[in-house]
Amino acid sequence: MPAESRDTTLGKESWREVPLQKSTRHGASAGKGGLRPVPFRGGGFTHRPLSLISPLVFISLIGLWELGSQTGFISPIALPAPSAAFGAFVDLVRTGTLWRHLEASLFRLIVGWTLGTAIGVAVGLAIALFSVMRAGLSPVVSALFPIPKIALLPLFIVWFGIGEGSKVATILFGAFFPTVIATYGGVDNVDRNLIRMGQSFGLSWLSIVRKIIIPGAMPAILSGFRISASIAIVLLVAAEMIGAQFGIGAYILMAGSLFAIEQLIAGVAMLSILGLTISWLIGRAERFFLTWRT
Amino acid sequence: MELRIEGVSHDYGETQVLREISFSVAPGEIICIIGPSGCGKSTLLRFIGGLERPDRGQVLIAGEPPADSLNPLTYIFQDFALLPWRTVAGNVSLVLEDHGIRGAQSRAIIDDVLARTKLSEFASAWPRQLSGGMKQRVAIARALAVRPAVMLMDEPLSALDSQTRELLLDDLIDLWKRERFSAAYVTHNLAEAVRLGHRIMVLSRRPGRIREMVAIDIPLDERPERVLELEQIQRRLWEAMRDEARAADRELSDAG
Repeated sequence: MPAESRDTTLGKESWREVPLQKSTRHGASAGKGGLRPVPFRGGGFTHRPLSLISPLVFISLIGLWELGSQTGFISPIALPAPSAAFGAFVDLVRTGTLWRHLEASLFRLIVGWTLGTAIGVAVGLAIALFSVMRAGLSPVVSALFPIPKIALLPLFIVWFGIGEGSKVATILFGAFFPTVIATYGGVDNVDRNLIRMGQSFGLSWLSIVRKIIIPGAMPAILSGFRISASIAIVLLVAAEMIGAQFGIGAYILMAGSLFAIEQLIAGVAMLSILGLTISWLIGRAERFFLTWRT
Repeated sequence: MELRIEGVSHDYGETQVLREISFSVAPGEIICIIGPSGCGKSTLLRFIGGLERPDRGQVLIAGEPPADSLNPLTYIFQDFALLPWRTVAGNVSLVLEDHGIRGAQSRAIIDDVLARTKLSEFASAWPRQLSGGMKQRVAIARALAVRPAVMLMDEPLSALDSQTRELLLDDLIDLWKRERFSAAYVTHNLAEAVRLGHRIMVLSRRPGRIREMVAIDIPLDERPERVLELEQIQRRLWEAMRDEARAADRELSDAG
């Protein structure tokens, strides 16, 4: 109680210093079996950063695979050696076709994903902020989200043409829906007290949206980006397999139909590297936008 | 500037929250509002600051607020309500930006309020790096930046440990001596109320009515020396509240 803490005149005689040593010695003699430490029962259930493990796992997996192929344990018809796949990749680089495939794929991916997420964030904010939009649009989003967008590709071809339009549209729609849902979920989870604080200081509606709601929803929006980027890669390959001359998907399809398995593996490895690169970029974006978190 | 609360009553659906609350807050006066949990203390404070509308009755402002006051009715929240994505200085800057105060002028105000709350060296720290007491200091600095006429404090010390609470209570008293702000101070801590309040309003349990209005005539800076008198007042308040608090504790809650 604060009143008592200030009181220096009362109760001065009611306390005195107690020698510390005595009590510990008393404690020691009380134990029958002598002194022993308390058994440790904590620890575990946390992660230590072990940065060397993951490259080691990769290298040893590929090394084992190469060894299996060299010794003939893995048939080259079933699975080509990593070195053969790498050879196919070097061929791609040398002939210059790599750039044509990569260029085509990256163009579709970047345009489709950027437009899809930009429109997705805008629609997500509209749904989160306006009751009319929420009532009108959120059932539409719920109805269209589960449709595999690739099933709509024939329709997109009719609407946007056989060229780039239909492929970009597939990726756009694929990235759009998860972004909408992540965005309005993120806004819904912004601390109401922060919004009330903004109102109590007389902040304008726009300021509250810009300075409180959007930064508060940012972690959810960025994790939505991770999901929409993976969906975009899946749709990219699917769309390119259905109808494209160039692109990683087209390259894989062609390799498959020619039964050039080492080229197929090289193509799949490229997709994996593409996915890792995008995930790394989003990680950087998270670090940039979310410095305020731990 | 004076605040007048006239016949405020409110219900949340079936739950009766407040009944016929009338009182006024004079310039430079601190009114502490105490009462059992769930009696509508915080709701009342939201009405006073215009964050919610009461079903009946009204909250009136008499007289003009000081000309330099950017936000006459300013809150201090129990959970601090700092933006985690802004630094200490950024959190203060937030409430100036909408008044078009930027650049050097804004920096001068921020430096001033941070100095007054002993936060100068923490200007670029993130909220997550600060202890609870420091966070509440930032919130107080933010409130000072808009030069409030009335501070509306919703259990500002309740989320803090008792030592920090002591320190901050002293700071609040020092601040009041310098600025002479008026305040409505909601708390459930009677010791805080008798240390800080010029008048103490005791609410009954839900639906909250004014049970008692106790004026304490001891000036704030004499109170540390006159503990015995304060303790008597505190005991009397507790006598008035105990049965209500016990009954409120046994109620099932379905409204905030």
